[in-house]
Amino acid sequence: MSGIEPQAKDLLEEYLYSGHGACPGCAMPIVLRTIFHALGEKTIAAITAGCFGTISGTYPASPIRIPAYNTPFPSAGAAASGIRAALDVKGDRETTVIAVAGDGGTFDIGIQAISAAAERNDDYIFICYDNEAYMNTGIQRSSATPWGAWTTTTPPSDLKAQPKKDIVRILAAHRVPYVATASIAYVDDFVRKIRKARETRGFKFIYTLSPCPVGWRFPSEITIRLARLAVQTRVFPLYEVEDGERYTLSVEPEGIPVSEYLKPQGRFNFLREGDMERIQENVDREWERLVRRF
Amino acid sequence: MKKLLTGNSAISLGVMLCRAEVISAYPITPQTTIVEEISEIVADGRLKARFIRVESEHSALACVAAASAAGARAFTATSSHGLAYMHEMLHWTSGTRLPVVMVNANRAMGSPWNIWCDHSDSLSQRDTGWIQLYCQSAQEAIDTVIQSFKIAEEVLLPVMVLEDGFFLSHTSEVVDVPEQNMVDSFLPPFRPRFKLSPEEPHTFNIMADPSMFIHFKHDAQQAMNQAKKVIARVDREFKARFGRGYGYTGNVRMSDADVVLLTLGTAASTALEVVDAYRKRGKKVGLCRLRMFRPFPSEEIGRLLGKAKKVAVLDRDNSLGAGGIVAQELKAALYGTVKKPRIFEFIGGLGGRDITPRDIGEIFNYTMSHSGPDGAPVWMGVKK
Repeated sequence: MSGIEPQAKDLLEEYLYSGHGACPGCAMPIVLRTIFHALGEKTIAAITAGCFGTISGTYPASPIRIPAYNTPFPSAGAAASGIRAALDVKGDRETTVIAVAGDGGTFDIGIQAISAAAERNDDYIFICYDNEAYMNTGIQRSSATPWGAWTTTTPPSDLKAQPKKDIVRILAAHRVPYVATASIAYVDDFVRKIRKARETRGFKFIYTLSPCPVGWRFPSEITIRLARLAVQTRVFPLYEVEDGERYTLSVEPEGIPVSEYLKPQGRFNFLREGDMERIQENVDREWERLVRRF
Repeated sequence: MKKLLTGNSAISLGVMLCRAEVISAYPITPQTTIVEEISEIVADGRLKARFIRVESEHSALACVAAASAAGARAFTATSSHGLAYMHEMLHWTSGTRLPVVMVNANRAMGSPWNIWCDHSDSLSQRDTGWIQLYCQSAQEAIDTVIQSFKIAEEVLLPVMVLEDGFFLSHTSEVVDVPEQNMVDSFLPPFRPRFKLSPEEPHTFNIMADPSMFIHFKHDAQQAMNQAKKVIARVDREFKARFGRGYGYTGNVRMSDADVVLLTLGTAASTALEVVDAYRKRGKKVGLCRLRMFRPFPSEEIGRLLGKAKKVAVLDRDNSLGAGGIVAQELKAALYGTVKKPRIFEFIGGLGGRDITPRDIGEIFNYTMSHSGPDGAPVWMGVKK
């Protein structure tokens, strides 16, 4: 597959201008720039409510150079299908359609439309930037919030008591042609996966962790470092799943202690004695389960 | 060509003749046979379109709205709870100024469950920014679908075509199906000024702050004002080519009527028989069938009904705590007029209850024998 491996010139064209409304240190604009660099101008995006929807401009100014369509919160999965259908019926097979949503628009309110589009194997790329809570409305718990995390709806006396939903396995269980996790700390890998998704017909799901300085309570200059630590601690392994079956590890994680990743984040300040060990055990167990699939 | 068709079949053929490009819908009684028939029409190649079998009505409208934004002529159909489930998307579609056409087979809203006709589903969506056209026959349904794409694409507002569930959706009648070349010359391809295109990138539906938001809403109101004229003009053009026109209202024996019955949909067909019978007995009764509910034809209906002494409004719906919705709208329209008829309000036909000639007769008799309304609407066929 030609044109998949990223080149330096890919990063010259800018499709997300300054003037967007993201918070300092937000990972999501980096996610967007990476996606747009990888895909180029022949791209149409469906955007849903959430942080991306909010930063995508205030009339009449837009920071996005590709055509984009905001749609209500539950409907990114359906709107992208509609755009793809319109292009298909007009004979445009060249333009790539993407849907971009946060964890709310993917794991929770959006999952019905996404599951349906995946089951139909509609030909577009669904990209989830997971900042692990409803950050746009002010850090409320989502089903992507990790166990033991503080949010404004899981206060210190009642921290998130459930592990996060395994969205990758849910999408892979639809047996779609391509599912991959990606990280802004591994841009080459990210670009390669987006391009592989573009070259693959059918439904593609790209899942990326989007560290949020405001919601996770960390200094805004360590966003990329945290993204890298998430991979290296095996909290967020980088891998691909093809046709729901063929698992491939993209980056061998060092397996450094999970506390290295959690300690810089104020949202984990309320863990009780033994909780850190419990989280480490959970990460180890999930990793063992994953490794068996490669 | 003349064919024996149900309302739903006539609508499906209308969508085919309009060369809709993206269709998405979710089955719900009594709309379901539209979904089935269009999927066959697309599958056997009579229509070059994409038919997307979504998992819900919310997704159906989200899907066709986005397809419309990408430049495709788009259609969906639903009913009752499906329409209610679309509520958020109804606002969104008109707000984005997308010329989607939708058919809603009118059906009661639960609870309790009920699959039969009344107008509470679409009338309770009256504030969502859609044009609403209520049909009386399968012929009018196919013709209105064809007119609706032309109206929607000119004013950039979505159109909801309403047909009474079962009474119209599932009842067969002889329909004159227009020829494809005639429809093609009446309805040119959809060529929007703005669409999702890499050649000319735009961001649709970004934030409009308090200084701008009201301008979007005012522009939409201007478009709805324009729609009123466009609906009349398109109807005239349609009549010139196809020989059939419908107007904002269907009027029968109105010019000298002392008592006029105002209603929507198929009940007007029953009422027509009763009006004729009463006229034979020398009673000066008339019938006004409201076809265009949004935009509401306030001036025209004021002029029309201002000549009558009394107007009986038969609402196939009820707004708890306020009364029949059509009656409310009529009273608001007549408020500023000089000649005001007395308004008698009737609630009937809810959840598919038949509106019989006897019911219509009772409505006329009540209205003729009372000097004024008692205050509260009369509920037809309910034990006191």
